[in-house]
Amino acid sequence: MMYRAVARHAAKLVSVLALVSVTTFLLLETIPGDRLASVLPEGATPEMRAAAEERFGLNGSLPERFFSWLGSALQGDLGRSMQSQVPVTDSILERLPVTLELATLSILLALLIAIPVGVYSGYRPGGLVDRIATFLCSITLSIPSFLLGVLLVFVFAVTLSALPVTGWTPLSEGLVPHIRSLVLPVVTLAAVETVGFIRLLRNDMVATLQQDFVLSARARGLSTPRILLVHALRPSAFSLLTVMGVSLGRLIGGTVIVETLFSLPGLGTLVITAITGRDFLLVQGIVLVVAVAYVLLNALVDLTYPLLDPRVRTS
Amino acid sequence: MSHSLDKPASVVSEERLPILDPQDGSAPVDELTPPSAEVEPAGRRRRRRDVGAFFGGCWLVTIVLAALFVDLLPLPAPDVVGNLYSLPPFQNAEHILGTDQLGRDQLSRALHGARISLAVAIGATLVAMVIGTAAGLIAGYFRRAFDVVFDLSTNTILAFPPLILLIALVALREPSAVTLAIGLGVVGAPTFARIARANTIAYADREFVIAAKSMGSSSTRILRREILPNVLLPVVSFATVVAATLVVAEGSLSFLGLGVPPPAPSWGGMIAAGRESLYENPALVLVPGVFFFLTVFSLNRVGDWARGRVGRESSL
Repeated sequence: MMYRAVARHAAKLVSVLALVSVTTFLLLETIPGDRLASVLPEGATPEMRAAAEERFGLNGSLPERFFSWLGSALQGDLGRSMQSQVPVTDSILERLPVTLELATLSILLALLIAIPVGVYSGYRPGGLVDRIATFLCSITLSIPSFLLGVLLVFVFAVTLSALPVTGWTPLSEGLVPHIRSLVLPVVTLAAVETVGFIRLLRNDMVATLQQDFVLSARARGLSTPRILLVHALRPSAFSLLTVMGVSLGRLIGGTVIVETLFSLPGLGTLVITAITGRDFLLVQGIVLVVAVAYVLLNALVDLTYPLLDPRVRTS
Repeated sequence: MSHSLDKPASVVSEERLPILDPQDGSAPVDELTPPSAEVEPAGRRRRRRDVGAFFGGCWLVTIVLAALFVDLLPLPAPDVVGNLYSLPPFQNAEHILGTDQLGRDQLSRALHGARISLAVAIGATLVAMVIGTAAGLIAGYFRRAFDVVFDLSTNTILAFPPLILLIALVALREPSAVTLAIGLGVVGAPTFARIARANTIAYADREFVIAAKSMGSSSTRILRREILPNVLLPVVSFATVVAATLVVAEGSLSFLGLGVPPPAPSWGGMIAAGRESLYENPALVLVPGVFFFLTVFSLNRVGDWARGRVGRESSL
C-alpha cells in the first residue's frame, strides 16, 4: 500500500513538473514581437539573424526547440543570457543564496513570533492578547509588502536613521553590518507569513485544547507551558507545514518585491533586470528554476506528513 | 448543506451588507485552514454586528463612485504638470492632498489610479470567476476525463508561485489594462474553479437534479438551471476576497514597473515613485498607501463577512 502511494505521488510530481516546463516554455515562446530585437543591431543581415538564432537555440520548429531546451535544462544548461552572454545557470546560482537567506530567515522570524502569540491567543481566546493580535493581523494582512517595506524604510531608515535604507552587505564584511542590511527586508517579508501562522495556530489551539489528551496531561499535573508547547503544539505542526508550503510561493514572489525595494542582489532583482532588458532566455530560466523548486519543496512537505503524524502512515 | 433551496440565492450587494444582518459569529479564517481548525470563542462575538464590514462596504462604494465620476469632480487633471512641486497635503486649497514631484495633483492621481487599479482587479475577478466556474461546473458534473484535465490545469497554475507566473504571463507582453486583467484572471481562476467543482459534485446527486434528468433535461440545461444557481452563491462569496488579492497583485506589478505604463497613474506606481522622495515628502507614499490599505482592508472585511454568511461547508 505504502509503495503504491509513493508511486502515485511520484507520477503526479513528474506530470506536474512536465506541465510546468511546457508552460514556462510556451509562456515565453508566445511573446509577440521580435525576440532578437535586443541582440541584433539595426539592419542586421539574414545571416546575422540566423547565427543569433543558432546561438540562442531559437532555430528549428517549436517541438524541436522545446526538447532541445528541456534536454539541456535537465543537464543544468539553461542557455546563455542574451545580454551578458553569461550562462543562465551561473547567474542563477550566483543570485540564489541571497534569496534563499531572505526566505529562510523570514520563515524563521515568522515562526518565532507566531508560535508564542498564536499559542497564547488560542489558550485564552477572546483575551487581551488574542484581541490585540487579531486586530493587528487584520491590519497587516491589508498592507501589501511593497507598502509595508516603504513604510518601514521611512520609520527606521529615514526618520530614525537606525538602519540602512537599501543595499546589501555580504557576510564577509562582518556579521553586524550584514544583519543590519537584512533586518528591514526580512521583517517586510515575514509580516504576512506571521499573520497566516498566528491565525492558523490560534484556531488549531482552540480546537486541540478541548481534546481528551490535553485533559489527561493536565490531570497528570503537567505545567501549562509544557502542555501548550509540547502536547498541544504537535498536532498543529501538521497544518503549519501545509501553510508553510503555500507561504513559500508567496515568499518567492515577495522576494522579487523586497529585493527590488531594498536593491538586494538576489533572484528577484535578476528577473526584473532580465525583463527590462528583454532577456527572455534568462526570464525563462529563472521562472523554470523557481517553479520546479516550488513544486519540489511542496512535494517534500507532503512527504514530511507521515513523519509528524502516524495516522497518515497507515491510511 | 448549509443553505437549502428555498433560501434565495441572492447576489451579495455591498451596500446593504452588514446593517441588516448580524454576523454569524465566525471570525475570518484563511481559505486554506482545514475545516477542523475553525473553532470560535463561544458567544462573545455572536450578536455583534460586523462594524468593519459595514465601514468597508461604505469605503468601497465611495471609492468606486469616486473612480467612476472622477472627471466630474472639480479636480485638476492627473497629468497636468503644475508649478507647485512636492507640496505636502492640506496646505493648498487647490491641491488638498498635495502634489507630486512634477506638480501633479495627488488626489486626482489617486482617484484616477483607483480607476485603473479597480478596473483591472474587478475585470480580473470577473475573468477568474467566469473561467473558474465554467471549468468547475464541467469537471464536477461530467467527472472522468474532464476531471483529469481540470486537475492537471489547476495544479499547473498553482505550481507556479503566483507573482512569478504573473511576471511570466504579462511582463514581456504589451502591458495594458486588458493584458493585466487576463493575466490576473488566470492566476485567480483556480480558487473559483475548486469551489465550483466541489459544490457541483455536492449537488450533482441531489433529488432535484435526478428529477430533472429523469424528465429528459439536457446536461446543459441541468448545469444552467439546476446546478449553477446553487454553485453561484459560494463562488460569489469568495469574489471580494479574491479581488483583494488581485488588487495587491496589480499593485505589486505596478510597483515593479510592470503594470499599466506611465503616465497613467496607478497606486503601486505612485508608491514606487514617491519612494524616491521619502525624506522630503513622505505624503507621496502615504496618500496612495492609505487608499490602497483602505481598499484592501475593506475588500477583506466584506469578503470575510460574505463567506461567513454563506457558510463554510458550501465554500469548501
